[in-house]
Amino acid sequence: MSIDQGTAAKVAKLARIQVAEDDLPALAGEFNNILGFIEQLNEVDVDGVEPMVSVTPMRLKRRKDGVTDGNQQEKVLSNAPDAREGFFAVPKVVE
Amino acid sequence: MLDLTYETPKPKVIAGAKHDWELVIGMEVHAQVSSQAKLFSGASTKFGAEPNANVAFVDAAMPGMLPVVNEYCIEQAVRTGLGLKAEINLKSAFDRKNYFYPDLPQGYQISQLYEPLVGEGEVLVEMGDGTARNVRIERIHVEQDAGKSIHDMDPNMSFVDLNRTGVALMEIVSRPDIRGPEEAAAYVVKLRQILQYLGTCDGNMQNGNLRADVNVSVCRPGAYEKYQETQDFSHLGTRCEIKNMNSMRFIQQAIDYEARRQIAILENGGSVDQETRLYDPDKGETRSMRSKEEAHDYRYFPDPDLLPLEIEQAWVDDIAANLPELPDQKKARFIKDFGLSDYDASVLTAETVSADYFEKVAEGRDGKMAANWVINELFGRLKKDDRDLRDCPVSPEQLGGVITLIQKGDISGKIAKDLFEIVYTEGGDPAEIVEARGMKQVTDTGAIEAAVDQVIADNPAQVEKAKANPKLAGWFVGQVMKATGGKANPKAVNEIVSAKLGL
Repeated sequence: MSIDQGTAAKVAKLARIQVAEDDLPALAGEFNNILGFIEQLNEVDVDGVEPMVSVTPMRLKRRKDGVTDGNQQEKVLSNAPDAREGFFAVPKVVE
Repeated sequence: MLDLTYETPKPKVIAGAKHDWELVIGMEVHAQVSSQAKLFSGASTKFGAEPNANVAFVDAAMPGMLPVVNEYCIEQAVRTGLGLKAEINLKSAFDRKNYFYPDLPQGYQISQLYEPLVGEGEVLVEMGDGTARNVRIERIHVEQDAGKSIHDMDPNMSFVDLNRTGVALMEIVSRPDIRGPEEAAAYVVKLRQILQYLGTCDGNMQNGNLRADVNVSVCRPGAYEKYQETQDFSHLGTRCEIKNMNSMRFIQQAIDYEARRQIAILENGGSVDQETRLYDPDKGETRSMRSKEEAHDYRYFPDPDLLPLEIEQAWVDDIAANLPELPDQKKARFIKDFGLSDYDASVLTAETVSADYFEKVAEGRDGKMAANWVINELFGRLKKDDRDLRDCPVSPEQLGGVITLIQKGDISGKIAKDLFEIVYTEGGDPAEIVEARGMKQVTDTGAIEAAVDQVIADNPAQVEKAKANPKLAGWFVGQVMKATGGKANPKAVNEIVSAKLGL
């Protein structure tokens, strides 16, 4: 798999990261290095091996259905750049 | 178990300028799980709280917070799957669906793309004219809801409330088996009915607890049958997705508009672009949500914060064993056990509250008469007052009491309506009211005979006419009923009038 400049620009846009046009070739190169490194894994034969999702033999933790959290509007909003009347205030986003 | 058989409804055909077109519709219904707490946090799901009051740090996506799944939400989704006769996957997994929006603080929605909790099922959608469509369900997955953006509080800012963020949703995905706007609405009605019976979603569309995305495409007659034979989508037209509708009426209007829009494009030699659209009920049209186009690349990947969800067959069996009677079963039973018509059974089973009410009224009484009283008298009276059965002033025991009095012959059908009105407006025990207010039907032949004699004595001319023309005996019956305030037993009056007139 090879990442060209156009793909690098698209990935940057999807991730909302601004990348200058001049930096795209280097970025694409870095992507290719990373992918090339990971592609080594393809050399391992994993036919019939179930994917391992955790290194510890544990089951997904579950919670009971009960209200144990919330009612902390002030704390929730405390890091917001702008908050008004209990809401996060953000630049207008209208469809 | 069900012996209800239906014809398949005809697909809706829209005549274009050049030729006929058919509609093909698939739906994604988002149903909010009725739970106390959210899918991955302990914050409340209660509607109408102060903004950002029902928010845990997990919901606000604070760094380092980890989601822990609410097992009740999983149980409800399994119950829903079983209610839709679907396969339950003992192993499923959560994935991240990545996109940026101000009401999605994580920058991704936790959903289930690759391994959903529930697989293929079906919903029988009755059209009310004796036809019904079996709509196949492709899958149900569990996912987080997003927050809410409010755009009209400030000219330059949008306000964001995260109370809804992280609430559990079941996304119920149908196959493209729906063939017209009316069928689409009927499908949502049926799905909502099943969810309400199961108690897994309250189905409140106004609050947004049930919303539908509709995929619409058009094709020439015959193409859909080829798709059904082969399951090859290339026989169908390009679809557009209309997002987020929460009214049956809008769903129908949007589909109709969208189909005509696509037909106009195709007949003018153009091609339909696959895109996401929004229905504007004020203008009655759909329009493109261009901003969603690029974001369509969601870059799903397994959520590294969550292990796969593994459930036990025994747990599923236990949920299955405790499923309530579902609408189709209940309706079939009402038809069979109470001798109701298809229509009456449908009306009474539309909601569990009406079905339960009816069953209490009908218990030990005539089922058809009970259905008639519940549907015509009670529902009619409630509708007149714009009231709901949930705050009905007449209990099933009271209405049952009225019917018992009719069945025993204590009151006539006409008096029963007066009695019902008294019970409805004043309350009280029907039998006691009848006793206290002297509403009992007069079956005492002596009293009826006296009344008949009086009418005959007062109207000698009518007597002569009636003797010549026996049909006029009805006039005497009417006079006697009037004289006794409608309380005389009509059958007894008839017999005595005939005898006295020598007919």
